[in-house]
Amino acid sequence: MKPLNFRLFILFAFIALPSVVYGLKREKLSVQDSILYVSPFQDDNERCFKCHGQEKYEYTNESLGKQVKALLCSDRIVNRSEFYSANHKSFSCTDCHSEAYTKFPHPGELRMEMQYNCLDCHGGDEAFAIFSFEEIDAEYQQSVHFRLENEGFTCWKCHNPHSYKISRRNTTNLKETIQYDNNICLNCHSDFSRLQLMTESKEINLMEKHDWLPNQTSHFRSIRCIECHTKTNDSILISHFIVPKEDAIRGCNECHSKNSILMTSLYKFESKENRKDGFLNGIILNESYVIGANRNKYLNIISLSIFSIVILMIIIHILFRILKK
Amino acid sequence: MYLYPLWVRLWHVLNAVLVIILIITGISMQYTGKHGYILLVGFASAVKWHNIAAVILTFNYIVFVTANVVTGNGRHYRIEKKNFFSDLGKQLLYYSRGMFKGKKHPFPVSLDRKFNPLQKLTYVLTMYVALPLLIISGLGLMFPEVTINKVFGVSGLILTDILHITLGFFISIFLVIHIYTCTLGSKPTSLFRSIITGYHEPDEE
Repeated sequence: MKPLNFRLFILFAFIALPSVVYGLKREKLSVQDSILYVSPFQDDNERCFKCHGQEKYEYTNESLGKQVKALLCSDRIVNRSEFYSANHKSFSCTDCHSEAYTKFPHPGELRMEMQYNCLDCHGGDEAFAIFSFEEIDAEYQQSVHFRLENEGFTCWKCHNPHSYKISRRNTTNLKETIQYDNNICLNCHSDFSRLQLMTESKEINLMEKHDWLPNQTSHFRSIRCIECHTKTNDSILISHFIVPKEDAIRGCNECHSKNSILMTSLYKFESKENRKDGFLNGIILNESYVIGANRNKYLNIISLSIFSIVILMIIIHILFRILKK
Repeated sequence: MYLYPLWVRLWHVLNAVLVIILIITGISMQYTGKHGYILLVGFASAVKWHNIAAVILTFNYIVFVTANVVTGNGRHYRIEKKNFFSDLGKQLLYYSRGMFKGKKHPFPVSLDRKFNPLQKLTYVLTMYVALPLLIISGLGLMFPEVTINKVFGVSGLILTDILHITLGFFISIFLVIHIYTCTLGSKPTSLFRSIITGYHEPDEE
């Protein structure tokens, strides 16, 4: 290998090695996440997953006396690993779905089975008081999403009971949380076939709609849709009061200021003690940097002092010029 | 004495306007308020005009460096090691004491010596050290996706921004001192007239 190529190889190795190690570590963690948990209902659930765990399923048509292979529609598929790492991983399928589903072919009337919503289980339960489900419901009822209930909108549209997991409280990786939470919105708002189940609105291009936003990529990577599209509330961690699009925040100063709203939304969960270093809203600096919201009080004092000294020296110089004229 | 050719004067006036826009919009971004309290310019306008002015300033800077090389004007920025500190001392002494006692300028302006040693040092530090770093760090903030995410666990953006605002602050200080020292000509307005007409009025009659 020529010396230059060798040096480039070493340089590349230094850059690539941490990424590979980080990638392997993450992969290991995510695999562990899904395999560490063993459900007490694993065998029972597997009867369902056998068909609903993937697209292809097989059954014996007893009338015809032959084996049939077919494909499930995507809404009927539940990913095993997502389910066993989700909030409801300890559930048996029949905790929420009818026992009658254990029979195959499933009885036709089960298609009309009533679905639970969050409050049916979590409402009024002290064990879940920390999550403030009642307040979340009160906010939801004021949100634009609530107006779509007649069209079939429910909690599940955002919080898929088979895969949803709390991310903000449990993760230390904010970027992952942002991506996870934004994907919940994008699941419908960037998928017109899903969106038109709920609304008559025309197909929208989210990037074009946010053309006014400078550095779109950085913003979309660093904040969640709900930062601008909800009205924040001090008593709950995640606002569920989705406001009409006309009322969404468009003022840069709302985030880029000393009293940044990010401190009452995205960074609400972190303790302000986590980072100081003389920075205003310093906790943001652990993950990002927001011009206007992250000012350093020491730099402010130093710069103001230097500026004052310069002005004072100029004034003294002018005075001497006048006196010695 | 014809000291400032047309290109220098055009570059200078454009640079001056752009630097003032950049300082005003820069301070506006850094100290913007939330509830209608906006120091100078709204954040969105400040970002837009800061970016526009910065791009023009970058091209203007390239013109400045190129023209300095091509026309030979760059020789005025060459700092001589010989007597460097003693010459600086003489100039500082003149500004702090000599000029009040009616002493003559230790380094009178001529076609071969446009700047005194103190001017030369501050201009070189501003134009060839601070401004290039300011432009590079500014590009890093304009295109945050190309800025290194973390440097020893600290956000690359915050380091870039601290460098950018610190240099911006020193250039603001330079501007204040530069404007003031421009009143130290034979008359308080004569040096301002020089950079407009190109003709330098002698320091002492």
